[in-house]
Amino acid sequence: MNAWILIVVVLALSSLLYYVAKRRSLTIARSVGGIHRLHSAPRYYGIVAALLFAVPALVVLGLWISIDEGIIFRLVLAEYFPELDRESQVDIDWLTSQILIFAQTGRLGNVENAELLQLAAARYQHLTSLSQTLRNASVLALGSIAGFVFVLAISEKLRARPIAEGIIRGLMVFSSLIAIFTTVGIVLSVLFEAINFFQIVPVADFLFGLEWSPQIAIREDQVGSSGLFGSIPLFVGTILIAGVAMAVAVPVGLLSAIYLAEYASARIRSFAKPTLEILAGVPTVVYGFFAALVVAPYFADIGARIGLNIAHESALAAGVVMGIMIIPFVSSLTDDVMTAVPQSIREASLACGATHSETVKRVVFPAALPGIIGALLLAVSRAIGETMIVLMAAGLAARLTANPLESVTTVTVQIVTLLVGDQEFDNPKTLAAFALGLTLFVATLLLNVTALYIVRKYSEQYE
Amino acid sequence: MPQTPVSFWDTPKFKRGLAKRRAAEWRFKLYGLIAMLIGLASVALLFVSITLNGVGAFWQTQIKLDIFFDPAEFSEENLQAANYGKLVKNTLYSHFPEVTKRKEKRQLSRIVSVGADIMVQKMVMAEPSLIGTTKSIWLPVDDVFDMLHKIDFGRDSSKGGSGLVSENQLKWFDSLVANGLIDSRFNRTYFTAGDSREPELAGLLGALMGSFYTILVTLLISFPVGAAAACYLEEFAPRNRFTDFIEININNLAAVPSVVFGLLGLAVFINFFGLPRSVPLVGGLVLSLMTLPTIIIAGRAALHAVPPSIREGALALGASKTQTVIQEVVPLAMPGMLTGTIIGIARALGETAPLLMIGMVAFIVDIPSGPLDPSTALPVQIFLWVDSPERAFVEKTSGAILILLAFLITMNIVAVWLRQKFERRW
Amino acid sequence: MKTGLGVSDTLQEADNKEHIRTRIDKTLLADNQANVQNSAAQIRMTAKDVNVHYADNHAIKDVSLSIYANEVLSIIGPSGCGKSTFLRCLNRINDIIDDCKIRGEIKLDGKDIYSADMDVVELRARVGMVFQKPNPFPKSVYDNVAYGPRLHSMVSNREETDEVVYSCLRQVGLLAEVEKRIHKSGTELSGGQQQRLCIARALAVKPDVILMDEPCSALDPIATAKIEDLIDELRTQYSIVIVTHSMQQAARVSQRTAYFNLGDLVEMGDTGQIFTNPQHQLTEDYITGRFG
Repeated sequence: MNAWILIVVVLALSSLLYYVAKRRSLTIARSVGGIHRLHSAPRYYGIVAALLFAVPALVVLGLWISIDEGIIFRLVLAEYFPELDRESQVDIDWLTSQILIFAQTGRLGNVENAELLQLAAARYQHLTSLSQTLRNASVLALGSIAGFVFVLAISEKLRARPIAEGIIRGLMVFSSLIAIFTTVGIVLSVLFEAINFFQIVPVADFLFGLEWSPQIAIREDQVGSSGLFGSIPLFVGTILIAGVAMAVAVPVGLLSAIYLAEYASARIRSFAKPTLEILAGVPTVVYGFFAALVVAPYFADIGARIGLNIAHESALAAGVVMGIMIIPFVSSLTDDVMTAVPQSIREASLACGATHSETVKRVVFPAALPGIIGALLLAVSRAIGETMIVLMAAGLAARLTANPLESVTTVTVQIVTLLVGDQEFDNPKTLAAFALGLTLFVATLLLNVTALYIVRKYSEQYE
Repeated sequence: MPQTPVSFWDTPKFKRGLAKRRAAEWRFKLYGLIAMLIGLASVALLFVSITLNGVGAFWQTQIKLDIFFDPAEFSEENLQAANYGKLVKNTLYSHFPEVTKRKEKRQLSRIVSVGADIMVQKMVMAEPSLIGTTKSIWLPVDDVFDMLHKIDFGRDSSKGGSGLVSENQLKWFDSLVANGLIDSRFNRTYFTAGDSREPELAGLLGALMGSFYTILVTLLISFPVGAAAACYLEEFAPRNRFTDFIEININNLAAVPSVVFGLLGLAVFINFFGLPRSVPLVGGLVLSLMTLPTIIIAGRAALHAVPPSIREGALALGASKTQTVIQEVVPLAMPGMLTGTIIGIARALGETAPLLMIGMVAFIVDIPSGPLDPSTALPVQIFLWVDSPERAFVEKTSGAILILLAFLITMNIVAVWLRQKFERRW
Repeated sequence: MKTGLGVSDTLQEADNKEHIRTRIDKTLLADNQANVQNSAAQIRMTAKDVNVHYADNHAIKDVSLSIYANEVLSIIGPSGCGKSTFLRCLNRINDIIDDCKIRGEIKLDGKDIYSADMDVVELRARVGMVFQKPNPFPKSVYDNVAYGPRLHSMVSNREETDEVVYSCLRQVGLLAEVEKRIHKSGTELSGGQQQRLCIARALAVKPDVILMDEPCSALDPIATAKIEDLIDELRTQYSIVIVTHSMQQAARVSQRTAYFNLGDLVEMGDTGQIFTNPQHQLTEDYITGRFG
């Protein structure tokens, strides 16, 4: 029985139990003189029984599935390959994949210790089926015990509704905690590997080093055998591209928001606002395509025509397209904070003889400024965390330059390129991605917290 | 205050200043208009360039070959082993009796896609009675000739296509076109095949199914969890530091870059829990963690919009707090919650970076049949194809983008419809 | 005043109104009447057959009236009678409302304010306005007052700005109270101080006419008294049109009173005459508190 069937069985049994418990409560009710004698409505007895069956069963199943394969492999490897170096993740990965392939297809790769591998595979299959049997048995047993004990315990005095509500509320609390688990998970996973990385590469070298070349030569005696992990070029590249993006998004987003909010007729607004917001719903991979195949060649072409050498993967192209992506973000947040400025202040300014633009520039805009700054910080945070556009349209080579016509690379690009493909968690190359991820997380967190604080404080001002 | 004989408003100084201010007003309005037009032009440019590039993907240049299934080529017991390539090639050669040299023949045969023999094979396997008969079959041409036919790419060196097509091939292909044997037909492969290195054989079904399973997992996890969390935080949670902390947490998670969620998925689900790489299950788990904040925030807003009088009414009738929320409040808030969920799911559908990091970026030909089969996803497929050097993949990529956008637009229209249909003003 | 106590309460209310009327009779009116005679000569603004439509609502119907120099004209009437709408036509601040249509003729010193060669900026500079709710800009007290003069380049250096700002603040009696925090935000002042700041802001542009839209409705009695005194002082230099829902206030500060009902100008005349001897039944009913 595989896991999916087991889930279906669990759900079927728990709905069965719902009816059993409900019927039983009705029978009991009849024997004591009517439904009104029951503490709770009959369906609550059913709900509790069903929940008592399904919740523990599914929790156990989830835990089992997530850890059993790892344990089985550890057992198998310890038994047949005791000499295997625990530290060497590559070897372990390779062996496990070979065992898996053999167990599933019966085909052997080009290996030296074929016999041992076959034995291990057989052992693996045996343990897997054993684990499945045990799993199914324990899942069903646990659910049944909880469910049936409850059914037997049903009496007219049993307070089923509070129990049911308690369970439901417990599930709700658990759901809300997932947000915290996620944050903790992010912090721990990133921090853990980053600490491992910093044991190999000193923090100062990482933060202040001027050269980034994480590719480690295969032979020890080659130049750069240890890799260079100075992340300044990545930071500069990230800031450069985000800077270009903001240079596009801020004027266009702010001015179009002002135009739409203050000048445009209702008809233009009802067309232009949703149209601009379409840009916010376009997936970033589409912008990446647009940048790499439409904008970058076009810029390179124009550059060639006017005698400028614009790289095909220039920071300019990636930045401009990223700016287009951020336009609706800036404009809709600006629109929000500007409309929050009370109409009475606009009228006061107009009544002093100010023109419309003077009112916007001298009164509305300054009044909305804190909110706009908050919005722009969020936009910056989005720009430095954006991955796909830069991955597809910016370069890979870490170059320390402030010239947007050249190709640069960013933190996010490096995280992805370091992790796509084989990962070795004992290799600084893989771990470096987590150190970069930590930097990125901290930077965006600071920006977000500041921005949310400013926006919240500002929005209280006119309440 | 001194009483000026001539009012300030009649002085030339004021009149001059006024003219300047009027000009500034006009300029400011113009800047705003230009900014808005730039924004709108970007939308237009984005959609027009992708549509122009992409519509071609739904058509494929094909060649009509009247293949004679010579019984001598087939052995009864092993239909699979017959030389189908030879059948195709010989039919093609028959149109050009003047081509005799081996090298030229090889050049000629390149006009037909390398996948043609497998297509013919499948056709015969499905219908063995074809043997001994002659049938007209439309087979795809190689992507180079597809591009040549569709956009004249590669005909002369000025268009950057030198070396792709030889003089002879050009001559033969033009004569095939002249004879009406070449035509642009609906590209079924595009919707029924998995990925391929050959653009004319590449399809989206694998990616679509991968996306389907990923989004299914995302939906199954994030909607119930998000709705429950929204209910708890909005209806039950006491106002204290801890719930404030959860709230700040959720707001921040909504703004964490997606690539960081990829790191989380890699370190926790794959490395720590040992779940397999490249599978939609893990992709769905990561995307549901990413989508949760959106759903929770939207769900809370929807619950908040239900007026307190509904709750008070139910409580006054003796319902418990939980009963009130589940039976009275949640159904009223459901359209709003669903709208938020659809918008969150639409965003997840277009998300790429975290999927790259959990390995859903491999070259996978097979079509996944469940959430535990290695697969890719629609946006990842787009990313993979952009990197391919063949010119024909530009068209395939744009086509895939069109399909992705069509899904997103549909989802958003549904969300807007839902909101308008069930929106109530209290 | 407490409500909901039934007949006796209503009676008491009517009694109060009666009381007010007698008080008005005896003290204020004689004084005001004298002033009207002196200043009636010079007409500052005239409205002729003014009609205002909001979408399909006919808010002002054929209103014609004149505003004299150095007088306070009060406009009274039940809520929704169009008194604020009419006021807002006098400096075209209604222009910013999309579906507001105005017909008729309004002249400022003989010039039609809705004609093409009247610049709305100049108009609004010459016809200042004070709003119902104090609405200082979220800027310093100083910058609030200096806003208008700076806009119109009425001042060209710091000394001139200082002079205007300090004299306007002094005029509204605010200088002593805010001198120490003149560079702090204007929104931190008390309600009454904010409203006087708004008046100072309007004065700084040196307008000919000042429109006041229920300037005291958001203020406590002490602040109200201060503003009323101020209005009386300002009359020596400006024409003032004040919309008010308080008949006592109209009686206290104005020389002439216009009574609006459902968009019609029902009656207009010397304040004393309106309050003591209304010609129209509607006016009488309103003043005696039968409705409104």
